[in-house]
Amino acid sequence: MHEMGIMKSVVSIVAEHAKAQKVKRVLLEVGKLSAVMPDALHFCFDVIAKGTVLEGAKLEIIEVIGQAKCRACGQEVELHQIVTACACGSRDLERLSGAELNIKEMELEAA
Amino acid sequence: MCGTCGCQDGNKATVTNLQTGEHTHIDAGGNITTHTHDHDDHHHDHDHAHDHPHDHDHSHDHAHTHAKAHGNVGTTIALEQAIMQKNDALAERNRAWFAGREILALNLVSSPGSGKTTILERTIIDNKNKTNIYVIEGDQQTANDAQRIKDSGAPAVQINTGTGCHLEADMVMEGVKTLKPKPGSVIMIENVGNLVCPALFDLGEAVKVAILSVTEGEDKPIKYPHMFQASDVMLLNKIDLLPHLNFDVEKCLDYARQVNPHIKIIQLSAKTGEGMDEWYDWLKAQSAKASEQAFE
Repeated sequence: MHEMGIMKSVVSIVAEHAKAQKVKRVLLEVGKLSAVMPDALHFCFDVIAKGTVLEGAKLEIIEVIGQAKCRACGQEVELHQIVTACACGSRDLERLSGAELNIKEMELEAA
Repeated sequence: MCGTCGCQDGNKATVTNLQTGEHTHIDAGGNITTHTHDHDDHHHDHDHAHDHPHDHDHSHDHAHTHAKAHGNVGTTIALEQAIMQKNDALAERNRAWFAGREILALNLVSSPGSGKTTILERTIIDNKNKTNIYVIEGDQQTANDAQRIKDSGAPAVQINTGTGCHLEADMVMEGVKTLKPKPGSVIMIENVGNLVCPALFDLGEAVKVAILSVTEGEDKPIKYPHMFQASDVMLLNKIDLLPHLNFDVEKCLDYARQVNPHIKIIQLSAKTGEGMDEWYDWLKAQSAKASEQAFE
């Protein structure tokens, strides 16, 4: 389960930025084509955050729909899942976005 | 955990040099420890040469501190940081290292048992005097595969990921430092047998090669689309067994192209040698490309 390793990176990056301050909320951006499951991230977050400045923090995840351009007809195509065909029938799509795995922001507790 | 010495609890990965028997441990923080075990000497006064080079990639992140004060709600700080940043930066470093030395690095991915190691053994033997091949073997435990590679005549290093389900860029760098490959050579990185996680971790390779065997289901490409989409080549192995199976080759190729219309597919049998020449021709062309690109 790679979500565990990914969440370890999230906790370590956020903790580094928070210094010793307590973190209240973390906001992630996860692309629908990133091969990472938000549910699994939530599960791992509670386990990994334990004993760090992130313990008890709220994890928010924005899921991002992918965008692609059809190489056959030039249309823009929305990617809700990894295997998608354009309305013209072509599967030859140039993916523009959808694999995001970013930490957008963190909220620190008021001093 | 390393099956040979078991002394590195808490480590992320162990790199075993099959040529010298030397072990290198990478801990979760990226610290590196190298030592040899004299297995005849049971004093075990581990002379750990703690040479921590401290070359962690200190990503000087751009934490745009747009601190918005929401009354007493807390302070929101925009981070805008890629979660995979550390691995991706190390992978790019590997890629540049390979490019500068005209080295072709391939990341071989598949489920366990598809025949990755057998394909490599045959490739090494058949190209003995033509190509310098080096192998980085990734498995959770044991150095069995690296030993098989060494026996077929290529320098090999074994990386044991312990509980880890994929190789990461820092492990590959450690493997490369151990192997010291010659310029113009080919490095085969045999990833941990897993069709999920390795798709996500860039190792700095030129190409991902997915291996599927006909003893698996023909629908593997659509079951694990991320991996087949991330791969430029698919080797369909064990075709000598087709007469005994209900595997629909055309259907499998169609599924692979649904996921990745540009995937190059080579059907072969590492056992009988059928189709291996097409694989060697592809390797030769890619290796030539790696040489040309070094001067672009």
